[in-house]
Amino acid sequence: MSYLESNVKTVPTGLRKILYLNWPVILLLAAVCSVGFLMLYSVAGGSLSPWSEPQMKRFGLGVFVMFAIAMVPIWFWRNMAGLAYAISLLLLLYVEFFGDLRMGAQRWIDFGFMRLQPSELMKITLVMMLAAYYDWLDIKKVSRPIYVIIPVILMILPTALVLRQPDLGTSVLLLTGGATVMFLAGVSWYYFAGVIALVVGIVTAVFQFRGTPYQFLKDYQYRRIDTFLDPSSDPLGAGYHITQSKIALGSGGWTGRGFMQGTQSRLNFLPEKHTDFIFTTLAEEFGFVGAITLLILYTLILLFCAVSAFSNKDRFASLLTLGIATTFFLFFAVNMSMVMGLAPVVGVPLPLVSYGGSAMLVLLAAFGLMQSAHVHRPR
Amino acid sequence: MKRQPKDTAESNRRITRRGLVVGAVQLGFVGLLGMRMRQLQIEESDQYRLLAEENRINIRLLPPPRGLIHDRNGETIAENTQNYRIVMVREDAGDVDEVIARLQELVYLDPSNLERARKEIKRRSPFVPVTITDQITWEELSRVAVNSPALPGITPDVGLSRRYPMRDDYAHIVGYVGPVSDYDLSRIDDQDPLLQIPKFQIGKSGIENKMEKTLRGSAGAKQIEVNAVGRVMRELGRREGDPGGNLRLTVDSRLQNYVQARLGEESAAAVVVDTRTGDILAAGSTPSFDPNKFVRGISVKDYGELTGNKYRPLANKSVQGTYPPGSTFKMVVALAALEAGAVGPEETVYCPGHMELGNRRFHCWKRGGHGQVDLNKSLEQSCDVYYYDLSLRIGVDKITEMANKLGLGVRPDIPMSAVAEGLTPTRAWKQEVKGQSWLKGDTLNASIGQGFVLASPLQLAVMSARIATGRAITPRLIKAVDDVEEPIRGGEDLGISAETLRIVRQGMYNVSNNRRGTAYKTRIVEDAMRMAGKTGTSQVRNITAAERARGVTRNADLPWERRDHALYVSYAPYNDPHIAVSVVVEHGGGGSTAAAPIARDIVLQALYNGTPALSAYPQKDRGRIETQQEKLKLHDFDAPDEGQNRA
Repeated sequence: MSYLESNVKTVPTGLRKILYLNWPVILLLAAVCSVGFLMLYSVAGGSLSPWSEPQMKRFGLGVFVMFAIAMVPIWFWRNMAGLAYAISLLLLLYVEFFGDLRMGAQRWIDFGFMRLQPSELMKITLVMMLAAYYDWLDIKKVSRPIYVIIPVILMILPTALVLRQPDLGTSVLLLTGGATVMFLAGVSWYYFAGVIALVVGIVTAVFQFRGTPYQFLKDYQYRRIDTFLDPSSDPLGAGYHITQSKIALGSGGWTGRGFMQGTQSRLNFLPEKHTDFIFTTLAEEFGFVGAITLLILYTLILLFCAVSAFSNKDRFASLLTLGIATTFFLFFAVNMSMVMGLAPVVGVPLPLVSYGGSAMLVLLAAFGLMQSAHVHRPR
Repeated sequence: MKRQPKDTAESNRRITRRGLVVGAVQLGFVGLLGMRMRQLQIEESDQYRLLAEENRINIRLLPPPRGLIHDRNGETIAENTQNYRIVMVREDAGDVDEVIARLQELVYLDPSNLERARKEIKRRSPFVPVTITDQITWEELSRVAVNSPALPGITPDVGLSRRYPMRDDYAHIVGYVGPVSDYDLSRIDDQDPLLQIPKFQIGKSGIENKMEKTLRGSAGAKQIEVNAVGRVMRELGRREGDPGGNLRLTVDSRLQNYVQARLGEESAAAVVVDTRTGDILAAGSTPSFDPNKFVRGISVKDYGELTGNKYRPLANKSVQGTYPPGSTFKMVVALAALEAGAVGPEETVYCPGHMELGNRRFHCWKRGGHGQVDLNKSLEQSCDVYYYDLSLRIGVDKITEMANKLGLGVRPDIPMSAVAEGLTPTRAWKQEVKGQSWLKGDTLNASIGQGFVLASPLQLAVMSARIATGRAITPRLIKAVDDVEEPIRGGEDLGISAETLRIVRQGMYNVSNNRRGTAYKTRIVEDAMRMAGKTGTSQVRNITAAERARGVTRNADLPWERRDHALYVSYAPYNDPHIAVSVVVEHGGGGSTAAAPIARDIVLQALYNGTPALSAYPQKDRGRIETQQEKLKLHDFDAPDEGQNRA
């Protein structure tokens, strides 16, 4: 353990670690969460219940967890990666096969004060697992087929389970997040080019064969795609969400209608106003200025993570930090795309803003890992 | 694990390189999101926002129909009728004054209403529709509709308005709705957007007020796209509200109507309770008023007449009015004394017409006294001295305990306005409220239901029902919500011994059926319907020693406000009680002459479920009762409802 011996003396110890945390990220996270509290207060019609107050309590808990994780040295977490992944996978299997029988198709595990969705946990533990894997793997071997297949299997297992739920949004996040870590670790460009070419080929084929006897999808599935491409063709049916959120965003204009003045969300035109579609309320009430501010806050978090990762000489730490940042990016990018009609509605929350305990707790825990990597970086 | 330094450096370089690529892609995507925001919120916003201000997209609240109220047999008590009105949306109208001027050429607009509407238009958000005028005729409405191109922002609208076909009968029980006021808004913590609709009708009193949450339902909304002249092009979204819950009351409209009519012009109240379920079958309070006047907005003159009337038509005397129960309270003392073992049923007390306590003299209503009095006779002839004596033996605490057990001094939990708790005094109460210690004289006064004791007619009816059954009959006013039966509450055994109850019931039976009973004249002779009861006459003034010396002034010679209250409580049939009835006639004089006849008529009306046979009355009353029955103006329940064909 030459690495430990050479570096441990310069790494801060005890409570002094708190001084060495990446404070800008913590403040940015708190800012984003505060936006969430504000919007949840607004969509409840100017009331702390039923959403804002529970969310604040979970934030408190999440911050505590974040600090706790950050205090533990990163090498401990690296050694735990395999275990964490295995536990997440087991929990996924558990809700997959026992959720139907015992709990009426629930996909969460109830801890009383909160419900934990194993699929949320998996988003982070998969990144941890892959980072640990590439930390272990000799850098010269990363592009050998056998060592490419192993991480692909690690990704496919949870993705398949999540897809069965069915939770398309989380599947996309898992696959994309995992693939990004592989890419960062240095897996050859050819693999990625190959996969992209394959996907493009399949999509083209699907549309080329439409209307012929050999068409791949059922007619209604094609219609769903049509609706996504042109929501106004069916404003009260499948395109409803998109039309409604576009109206909300559009009526926000530059500066919005003002806090608690949004008619779209207050009149319940959007059924998921406190979860997946909370961005529309922000955009309607605070306009372009409010929406772009949130986007900037998110981007700043990404930038601070990137800087921390690039300056970190530890391979696991930097892969983990970038992986977490990417997962975070995917969260808000998919959610905003979906709300703004750039992607189909797949059910991904707006990170740290949408109402939901597991997502917030898992994300803050993930940033705890990022902080641990930052504090314990080799100096 | 071992790692070559070169490897680490190389790996770091690679991660940074790849990381920059990933970062660039992500930044690119963030840029794309930003552009999309800009596109939707700035560039295309004329599609959504700019014209949302000129109202390309309109949002309209859809008020849910208010829940209906029926009586126990399904007769309609409160319903919704169509009300044509004209509403204006400021952001559509542009020049408000110009549009109103044009509107005035088509319909008559009341100047004071118009002034109020103008203020409201200024105050509310531009997209909130404000009612300019309502209750207009179909012709006026058509005229506005035809001219709609010249009237931007003006919409003819059909709303629902509340109507009470039973008029005065339910004014106190059901209450009325009225347009929501600023005062209402400041008083209730309610974020319901419906309340933002101008002139939205909410419950102001009675059940309409207490059951507001159930009756109101929840708002729906629709989004419509309109063209430049305000024509609706298509509906973009619609979310239906939930209609309010329908209520079924325990009240029987026919009986309620009879009670109101029978109480007539007196300032009086009467309550009929089903002794088996606690259902309130009728709760009359007279004089009453027409709640429909309040729905439309009552005129100052009409309102002045109601508030200026010394008979207080607006007060719901059946639950809100509290009266000294007078001699009707004697059952309480009798039950308490028997249960405490302080007196035996055969034991007698000598009544010389008064009792000395210290240097005060407490009188019996009968100047010459009743002589030897046992419990049965004490109830039958309502001897005061007997109860003075009993009360000194057991003390006020035992009396109050029994009174509370029978429901006195306990606020009935029913959804009516200002339900009174009444008062059953205790030592602690007097110390706290009056700052004085309890005196023996207070106990004496309480023993005959005078002094501090107060009870509402509903409480007295409940007391009778509890004596009749020995169980904790609890009043129920709402029979079902949306056809889901409300639970019958209470009904558990009161823990009073059967023998004690038998003795007191026998006394009450004698009041009405023994030749010497105070209510013998108002007996029922039909054997299956015999009535047990108790008269009460409660003083509202002090009788001075001087006055007593020259002879107590007769009630008829006193001004109305100083006359005694007349009370009667009863249950029937004696052998198998179905109903308990209480009657209070404010300043009506003696209980046996003013209240008991009314109670008997109500009892028979309830037991016969309609006009009773004359054979139930004593022979010599029948002629008088017959004319009385003919003269009484009752609601014709089989006639078609005349209020419906207005539109």
